[in-house]
Amino acid sequence: MLELTLVSLLNGVVYGLLLFMLSSGLTLIWSMMGVLNFAHASVFMLGAYFSYQIGRWIGFWPALVIAPILCGLIGAAIERYGLRHVHKGGHSAEILFTFGLAYLIEEFVTMIWGRHPLSNPVPPAIDFSLFQIFGTEFPAYKGLMMLISVAMFVFLWLALKKTRIGLVIQAALTHPNAVAALGHNVPAVFVLVFALGSALAGLAGVIGGFAFLTQPSLANTVGPIVFVVVVLGGLGSLAGAFIASMLIGIVQTFAVAIDYSLLDLLQALDVGVSATSPLREFYSIKVAQAAPILPYLLLVIMLIVRPRGLLGTRDV
Amino acid sequence: MRVSLRSSLTAFALAGAMYAAAAPADLKFAYIDPLSGGAASAGILGQKHMQFFVDKINAAGGVNGEKITLLVYDSKVSPQETLIVLKKAIDEGARYVLQGNGSSVAHAITDAVLKHNERNPGEEVLYFNYAAVDPALTNEKCNFWHFRFDADADMKMAALADAIKKTPKIKKVYLINQDYSFGHAVSAAAKRMLKEKRPDIEIVGDEFHPLMKVQDFSPYVAKIKASGAQAVITGNWSNDMLLLIKAGKDAGLDVSWYTFYAGALGAPSAIGKDGVGVVKQVSEWHKNVAPTLDPDAAAYEKRFTQKEDDFAFWRIKTMWAMFVAAANKAKSNDPVKVALALEGMKMDTPLGPVEMRADNHQLLQPLYVSTMSDKVKYDVEDTGVGFMTDVKIDAEATRLPTVCKMDRPS
Amino acid sequence: MSGEATAFSLASTGVGSRLLRYKFWLAAAALLIVLPHVPGLDGSFGRSLLSQMGIAAVFALSYNLLLGHTGLLSFGHAVYFGLGGYVAIHFMKLLNAGLPVPIAVVPLVGGLGGLFFALLFGSVTTKKGGTIFALITLGIGELVYAASFLLHGFFGGEEGITANRVRALPLFGLRFGPQIQVYYLIAFWAFVAAALLYAFTRTPVGRMCNAVRDNPERAEFVGYNPRYVRLVAFVVAGFFAGVAGGLHAINYEIVAADAVGMLRSGTALIMAYIGGIGHFIGPVLGAVVITWLQVNLSDYTHAWLLYLGLFFMAIILFAPGGLAGLIMMHAPIVRTRAFPRVLAGYAVALVPAIVAAVGASILIEMSYQLATHPELGTKIRLYWMDLDAATPWSWAGGAVLFAAGAVLFRLSWPFVARGWQRATAELKQSAGGVQ
Repeated sequence: MLELTLVSLLNGVVYGLLLFMLSSGLTLIWSMMGVLNFAHASVFMLGAYFSYQIGRWIGFWPALVIAPILCGLIGAAIERYGLRHVHKGGHSAEILFTFGLAYLIEEFVTMIWGRHPLSNPVPPAIDFSLFQIFGTEFPAYKGLMMLISVAMFVFLWLALKKTRIGLVIQAALTHPNAVAALGHNVPAVFVLVFALGSALAGLAGVIGGFAFLTQPSLANTVGPIVFVVVVLGGLGSLAGAFIASMLIGIVQTFAVAIDYSLLDLLQALDVGVSATSPLREFYSIKVAQAAPILPYLLLVIMLIVRPRGLLGTRDV
Repeated sequence: MRVSLRSSLTAFALAGAMYAAAAPADLKFAYIDPLSGGAASAGILGQKHMQFFVDKINAAGGVNGEKITLLVYDSKVSPQETLIVLKKAIDEGARYVLQGNGSSVAHAITDAVLKHNERNPGEEVLYFNYAAVDPALTNEKCNFWHFRFDADADMKMAALADAIKKTPKIKKVYLINQDYSFGHAVSAAAKRMLKEKRPDIEIVGDEFHPLMKVQDFSPYVAKIKASGAQAVITGNWSNDMLLLIKAGKDAGLDVSWYTFYAGALGAPSAIGKDGVGVVKQVSEWHKNVAPTLDPDAAAYEKRFTQKEDDFAFWRIKTMWAMFVAAANKAKSNDPVKVALALEGMKMDTPLGPVEMRADNHQLLQPLYVSTMSDKVKYDVEDTGVGFMTDVKIDAEATRLPTVCKMDRPS
Repeated sequence: MSGEATAFSLASTGVGSRLLRYKFWLAAAALLIVLPHVPGLDGSFGRSLLSQMGIAAVFALSYNLLLGHTGLLSFGHAVYFGLGGYVAIHFMKLLNAGLPVPIAVVPLVGGLGGLFFALLFGSVTTKKGGTIFALITLGIGELVYAASFLLHGFFGGEEGITANRVRALPLFGLRFGPQIQVYYLIAFWAFVAAALLYAFTRTPVGRMCNAVRDNPERAEFVGYNPRYVRLVAFVVAGFFAGVAGGLHAINYEIVAADAVGMLRSGTALIMAYIGGIGHFIGPVLGAVVITWLQVNLSDYTHAWLLYLGLFFMAIILFAPGGLAGLIMMHAPIVRTRAFPRVLAGYAVALVPAIVAAVGASILIEMSYQLATHPELGTKIRLYWMDLDAATPWSWAGGAVLFAAGAVLFRLSWPFVARGWQRATAELKQSAGGVQ
């Protein structure tokens, strides 16, 4: 029992950090620009594909640098030549634009790399077991992933709170006119934010490519969960996103280990459920079966009860 | 010498005349499978197999003097999209439907074909299913117009159970499957058959996870590890299988994987050397069933040279051979006559005798349980690993009872 | 978007326009009756295509009640389509079992199913509009889709629930076996649904939906609680989505998990937006065009999803009013003397546009073939050309065509603009003359 608990806790933390890595860029874009970027997971996927390709041409370590830069440039182009034009149409138009973009990126990736999952093995440099816990090995790439995730958190935290440009970015969101009057180039700030958010997604993609499968549907599989993290954490809150990531990672991991259903609970409480009750099927779903949909349940409940999220300062 | 030359010339002329007479008519087969979206790779691989055998039959003069045309449609793995293209195919003159990917699509087609044939007598359509393995299709939901050329989930499970029976070191088995009808069918069959064949085995887990929703299988792997199982049985396919085995490898999980779908469609590429010795699959064929590669498989791989383009569906070869034999026996390409000839048909293949059961239209064919190995003559997907036979189960031994009751045309 | 939407094309009042509207509905009814006998559409495939378009039109119209009229962006509208469809198919099974009711009322049952679930979920999801609403619908969509695999009894798992539309009480001797009868049933319901939806937009509550979309605070001042207005719009949209689901159940005789899936929700959104959310007729246009593309384009090219995506993006960036917006834009200037000039400008711009499109499609088709169908080799036949993707010339040719077309298109734009300037100047002049 202790063994399963500890291993699950470790798995939960790893998964949580992976989620944070994925969603930190989105938190940045969303809280700074108010854009619900559906294409964020697609940029993450591009990062995975770029790192695969660069890794084949040059090597893994250069890919770790080049892929995020490419993704950042793409992000800048999306803001400059796309989003800015639909901005006047309001938030719905922006969401729809990124929605369409996600769709296009998936097809674009298919057009270049085909539909099969790429064989994207962990590079030899980080393909070893870091340590063992109760006989379960802990691969080194997961260690690197945790390291990068924590580094991202620290970097963003410092950049936003302690640097001049960070303060300008924060001000540009709430008082664009005042910031412009002070001589700052507000559109350029937006381009910068979008580029940075996309670069973070690209960096996540380089590592995430090993944890997931590098294939065109990658963006679709991780897309919704990223929103869940950002909403749960609360708009504009980096710390909130961090806590939400860990929460989801751990809840989901532990839920898998629970082989009980509502029916068991009701029976333990001596509440009878007739064998013909139409809800019996619903009651008898095990927690473990429902584990991967728990985040969406959390999302809906959070939005209904507390739309500002855990640590958010204002509503979504 | 002279006589033989003359007679061969006559034969040639006759053949030419027959060809000229037959040229205008052609026999249309509609291939309906995913060609776009996430499942496209499976549909496209099937399409290549179909095209290969159609070209081969046509090169040999066609069937009853008619050439076969393969009409290709995208099912988008959606029952609804499938039904609309099915109508289109029938409008365009297709009398045979070929499909394999997605049991939901298979149910939609078998149901629609039954209704079509009821409502349009004289324009009957036959449905050849080459990969949808839900047992219900040849049991509760069977009908006369559906023929299945793949072993169903129960038969495949029985084969895996036979293999486990021969591995006494396995004492504890963990079941993990996708939470939908197919996964439940696999789990139920596994429990039933292990109980029958190896009553001493303890089933230490019976897990269902949501279909195509899990990104990180580490928690499941932790559970498997904690259960102390030596073998895992899974019907998972596509991402759900690749990610599961990947997570097992990451955690250093030491079990044998008994799978349905580890042999093709990118799985060998994604699993790679990690699967050597531990990943097992059940299939009707693999490249190393015989010392040398089957000539059709070799010709196929000569024509389709891409990495993922392995010859994988032996049953498609069997399907076309049986169709040609049935049409020749019926001396007609009419679907009703072909169906009647196909029922109960027995045939010899390089792997042994096969039989199309008359009672439920399920093909009985030899099944192989094989293990991934890096010491094979023929590898898959250029990975350096291939499959080696553990157990062969003869066609007759795969026969299972059926509850099918079908109405036959009089 | 809001500016576009307030210019509700059929909303002008007055006797003349009322007559016009009357004629419009009559013409629509006549068109629906004639269509399945038009050559090309009179086969079983053509009729089932029309049936599919009818179902999609009702679904897209109901979606637009949310997006276009009330300003609610939903990513989970298929939930009500699919749940309505499931209720309808279970009802059809009752009919198969002998309940003496004709099949023609099934859409109504589907609608009530959609209404029930819209009320259930809507009572909590419509508290807020905007992004919160979009996210909640996304979450509920994921939950219901996941539930469709967990709750086997109601949803039937991945193979879904099937029923037979023929085994029910005949209506005036009709058994709805042949597609043509099904088509007329769908056409009838689609017409009724469109008329009722249109009528709804003319009621005070319907008008308040627009107000809530444009300015919720002001709507509140007038005495309407925006939350209540949103809920009403949501429930009405849910009802009509359920009607579409019921029609789907009749047409396909199967309802499976994909009926509640994200993909279908996305399709409704794309149909409504491409058609034009600012015009009542827009979603119908979008449904017709997208259904046609879905069914036909996939036969010609494996890259059809990419083309669809490009089309969608082009509409978002350059024509936010959608197809209906593009058409309606020309209504005022059709009678002007400068209109032929506008058309001439279009003709001039069309040539380089076609060149650019051909160039782009050469590049796209070659890349697609290499990446997804390498076994077909490098040779491609496209339009009238035989191309070989192995030679740089094909790529260079495609790129040159695309670039030259794009540059020339940009250069030809002043012709169009000049035509428009004249036409609008003329309009102003005549308006001034009347005054």
